[in-house]
Amino acid sequence: MRSRFTAILATALVVAACGGGDTGSTTSVGTSPTTTTAVSTTVVATTAPATTTTSFEDGFPVTIETASGSLTIDERPSAVVSLSASATELLFALGAGDQVVAADEFSDYPPEAPTTDLSGISPNLEAIASYGADLVVASFDPGDLVAGLGALGIPVLVQDAPVKLDDVYAQIEQLGAVTGNGAGAEMLVADMQAGIAQVVASLPEGAAGLTYYHELDDQFFTVTSATFIGQVYGLLGLVNVADVADPDGFGYPKLQEEYLIEADPDLVFLADTKCCGQSAATLAERPGWEAMTAVTNGAVVELDDDVASRWGPRIVDFLEAVGHAVTELVALS
Amino acid sequence: MTEASVPVTATAITAPASSATRLTPTALLAALGALVGAAALGVLIGPADISPLAAMREIVDRLPFLDVSSGLSDQQASIVWQIRLPRVALGALVGGTLAVAGAAYQGVFRNPLVDPYLLGVAAGAGLGATVVFAMSASGGPLLPIGAFAGAVVAVVATYALGRSAGGRSTATLVLAGVAMASFFTAAQSYVQQRSSADVRRLYGWILGRLSTTGWGDVALAAPYVAVSLVVIFLSRRLLDVLAVDDAEAAALGVSPPRVRRWVVAAATLGTAAVVAVSGLIAFVGIIVPHTIRLLAGTSYRRVIPLSLILGAAFLVAADVAARTMVSPAELPIGVVTAFLGAPFFLVVLRANRRMS
Repeated sequence: MRSRFTAILATALVVAACGGGDTGSTTSVGTSPTTTTAVSTTVVATTAPATTTTSFEDGFPVTIETASGSLTIDERPSAVVSLSASATELLFALGAGDQVVAADEFSDYPPEAPTTDLSGISPNLEAIASYGADLVVASFDPGDLVAGLGALGIPVLVQDAPVKLDDVYAQIEQLGAVTGNGAGAEMLVADMQAGIAQVVASLPEGAAGLTYYHELDDQFFTVTSATFIGQVYGLLGLVNVADVADPDGFGYPKLQEEYLIEADPDLVFLADTKCCGQSAATLAERPGWEAMTAVTNGAVVELDDDVASRWGPRIVDFLEAVGHAVTELVALS
Repeated sequence: MTEASVPVTATAITAPASSATRLTPTALLAALGALVGAAALGVLIGPADISPLAAMREIVDRLPFLDVSSGLSDQQASIVWQIRLPRVALGALVGGTLAVAGAAYQGVFRNPLVDPYLLGVAAGAGLGATVVFAMSASGGPLLPIGAFAGAVVAVVATYALGRSAGGRSTATLVLAGVAMASFFTAAQSYVQQRSSADVRRLYGWILGRLSTTGWGDVALAAPYVAVSLVVIFLSRRLLDVLAVDDAEAAALGVSPPRVRRWVVAAATLGTAAVVAVSGLIAFVGIIVPHTIRLLAGTSYRRVIPLSLILGAAFLVAADVAARTMVSPAELPIGVVTAFLGAPFFLVVLRANRRMS
């Protein structure tokens, strides 16, 4: 029974909401702009796309290179099923929202997303196919997703949890290409890059080198700089107090409470406000925490668990919140 | 049961002071020494920069009539009093209870492989916890209550099922327990699948944990554990009688079904209480009592008290290991109990065979 629970835990950590990263896997989503926009030469003769497409970029069929080989989409999909909450957010942000017919149980944003009870953790192929899917997007393949839907003639785009921001941009370009929204994808990437650059540029002197702790749950599970979210903090020059606890770069250590108290980070970010009901107030009530620097300085930031664990467009909002807290803290001293 | 064991237990009843069954002061002192040692390590060792000497002075300072300055800041003092000590206390409470419950179950069912999670205790507690999660994602204080209720429901259901199947025999009851456990596990998976609530906390609980937030969990479990331990301690002689078969036990003036009912109820109450606060920590309930049997004999008048003390010592020591092996990170306690417990048990098993 124990090993079954562990297996479930492993999948839940990857898929549900625990920091949004795989266990330090470094497979990046291999795609370059040239392959993304390349027109498939093998299929083009037989299934020439309708001439309604105006831009060359959005011409179908489209072939992209993924970690597991090349994927060819013959026509502009009109029934996309998203099994990844991050992908759902990205699809809507880049303008493919009206093509999404169904999204998995965790896809609760944006509000107009067609959330269903489909599961990305244990996907039901028949249920997915029943939406008339002509493209399925997922964040991992639990086993038979690609093969099973492939047998039904439904292409599946698997986008692993990213390791760095560039991976997210590559995923956006892929999503734009396969849904025929190349221009929208480019705009989204540009917007995100501009938003992030603005946060970084607006940081005051003395921000770099501040230490932080990012709390995943009230048992002191946290992230290190090896994770996607840790890298995002790194963009602002923040230093993670959990890095010493993770020599192997696993990314998600469980810290000891007394270590945290003594490490006394300048900033505390709570990504467990929803799951575990934590807040700046509950933090201050923990024995031994009341005198911590972040608590006395009011540098405890309550995050939305979901935003902090996905790699969607709202990562910019997240970074703005972090930047805001950093600016306030520096102004205080 | 072998022929040889019958006269031994019969003698035990007529001559309870027999030296073969009584707990010797030496064994008791050795066990207490182990517990004190483990507890000392738990309080004195940690990643915070507090010297063991200062931590010890801090403890001594609070003893009546003693006044030594520890030189610790308020924050460091609260690390000792609010983080390390409650954790040691919780570890001792959970470890001792699981070991005693394990010994008691093994006694009433005359089955050496039985552990506190038989009869669907764990599966029921898991279902209860999951239902609480499904209803409110941040269901903090309700979690132990849900787990407790689930465990009790599961055991009552197992007992009803076992009886309705016509079983006074232990085998029927154990089989009913296996069936109920499967059923509750399935129900738990179903509720979990249907709920989109964030499951992080649930998994932490399923993997076992010793919570570190002050004395709340200790206070929550202690009253139930106390009741459970009192009943089992009062029954330890009867457990020796149950070691013979039911007919012979009845001939000796003991009602096996009644003893079984009381002991099972008590052991389940204790197990449910500690499972509710610490999650599912496997292995303690099966390894500790057997190690004691190998070292100190099979009489429950020895096994029960020693299980309490050494179960507590074992879990506290395992927690020290969990905290020091990857410090300042820590390992899930359930991983450590099996990782350390299994080899240790094999060593005892081999050593014992060589001696006999």
